[in-house]
Amino acid sequence: MAMKFEKIGEAQYALDVTGYVCPHPQLYTKQVLKKLWRGDVVKVMFDNPSSSESIEAMCAAEGNMIVEKNMVDGRFTWKIKKG
Amino acid sequence: MEISENKNRRWAFIIIGFFALVSILSFAYNEYYIYLSAYLWFGFIYGMCLQYGRFCFASAFRDLFAVGVPRMVVGIMIATILFSLVSAFVTMTGLSTFHAAPTGLHATIAGLIFGIGMVFAGGCASGSLYKTGEGNGTSLLVVLSISVTQATFVDIGGWLDKLVPASWHTSALAKKLPETISAGEGWVDQYLAGYVWNQPIIKFSKMIGFSDTSFVGAFVGNFLLGVVIPAVVLLLLVYFFWVRKNKAENVSMGSAGRSLRDDFAGYWTMIMSSKRTAIAGLFLGIACGLQMFVIEGLRIKFGVKNAGPLLAKMGHDFGLSVTGTVFDPGYWYVTTQEAQWVGWLFNKLGWNNMGNIYFGLNNGIPNPAINPADWMSLALIGGAAVMALLSNEFKFKKPLKETVVWALIGGALMGIGSRLGLGCNVGAFFVRVAMGDTSGWLFGFGMIAGACIGVKFFSWWTERKMAREMASIEF
Repeated sequence: MAMKFEKIGEAQYALDVTGYVCPHPQLYTKQVLKKLWRGDVVKVMFDNPSSSESIEAMCAAEGNMIVEKNMVDGRFTWKIKKG
Repeated sequence: MEISENKNRRWAFIIIGFFALVSILSFAYNEYYIYLSAYLWFGFIYGMCLQYGRFCFASAFRDLFAVGVPRMVVGIMIATILFSLVSAFVTMTGLSTFHAAPTGLHATIAGLIFGIGMVFAGGCASGSLYKTGEGNGTSLLVVLSISVTQATFVDIGGWLDKLVPASWHTSALAKKLPETISAGEGWVDQYLAGYVWNQPIIKFSKMIGFSDTSFVGAFVGNFLLGVVIPAVVLLLLVYFFWVRKNKAENVSMGSAGRSLRDDFAGYWTMIMSSKRTAIAGLFLGIACGLQMFVIEGLRIKFGVKNAGPLLAKMGHDFGLSVTGTVFDPGYWYVTTQEAQWVGWLFNKLGWNNMGNIYFGLNNGIPNPAINPADWMSLALIGGAAVMALLSNEFKFKKPLKETVVWALIGGALMGIGSRLGLGCNVGAFFVRVAMGDTSGWLFGFGMIAGACIGVKFFSWWTERKMAREMASIEF
């Protein structure tokens, strides 16, 4: 499935980059976070474990908060709040 | 969830059990198989470390340029420093298996091509192997692409020969290689014998006028000057140009501004920022150094300098090079053994590919089932799979149409770059840098430039795609 980004509610978004290898998950996440307003939340879905380290470090550096982390059978679903 | 965790654990132990069985049964059949098993278990350790630490050389500079994340640069420098420290000890004992490579601009150009390729592929050569172990189909395609490209590239001539400078051709013929090796034909053969082999070999130990096996040469030359100082400088550059300006750092500084103490603290925080990567780098570096020691010890025990004669004693003489040797680096290496198994397959399908330097002169194309370096790569994949299974991260991932294209292009560029550089991110960069070989840094600079180009392309590509997705969304 190709990359998908959609608005799922008020100040709530979803980015699905399942199936992509580096650097696509982290690049798409970065682009989404650039567009969001402070306090907006994006649910990011990916299944490339090495992207988790990069996304986490990127959020820490930019002051964005990962408010929820789930991983089931290699599929990551993270919620990131724009700081 | 519990059921799937148990299933993952079961598979992890099945894989470990399989490798253990292979080692035990092969040793019981013939004690020489312990040589191959040594490669196997070091490969297994590498796979576990790489997966645990998300250790990927591509990530080092790609993620720095793409998303400003320095964790992998730090991880690689930690691993390189530790590997270099252990190697300095091993080298001083005279038991090192390492051979330095010719230094020249070709190393940087090769690194550039390789660097672009690894960004396209989503991982370096070793990264693609370990991600294959995670179940990643795209990474498997990358490995296949690297393998096929190399096996083809090293043997093609024809119209490519017209692109060879006359001086290379003349110099290649003057090397008077064995008759079965056609050094005057084939682009790669003439590149190697007519150009690369004429370049000087420069190690840091020699630059300060000491031998490798002396304390000063090994520790001051190769370790301190060749690795520690450049690594510290590189990390300082990373800190000042990427980390220092990030938002979270500056928020924590407050309005008082930044002092030297703050910079020291910031630098140290950067070094400690990813525990996983640092731990992986620690074990990787030590294991890499130890492998040299173990393999050289086995060579002394069995009275050989290369696995080729060992394989011959075991009754396997198909695919040995004209000098009776096979690829047997004695340390961690990727790409040549991938080229070899495809070369073996091509040969079985009728391609006469033993007349080139790469396969015919030194490396050979032994059956992958008894090729020590192939045991190392397969076990690397297995080690990564075990680690992924134990942390429930294993998942079979079918490649997307888009990722298939990037994988094939990236793998091909990596294949070409690694043949031009006589190695990949491991063989041409990590190992050479750790061993004080200046060509390692030259390849590395090329990789950095290549990563920058690759990131620029993907930033543009993904921005285009995201713009389309965002077109109808109101923020």
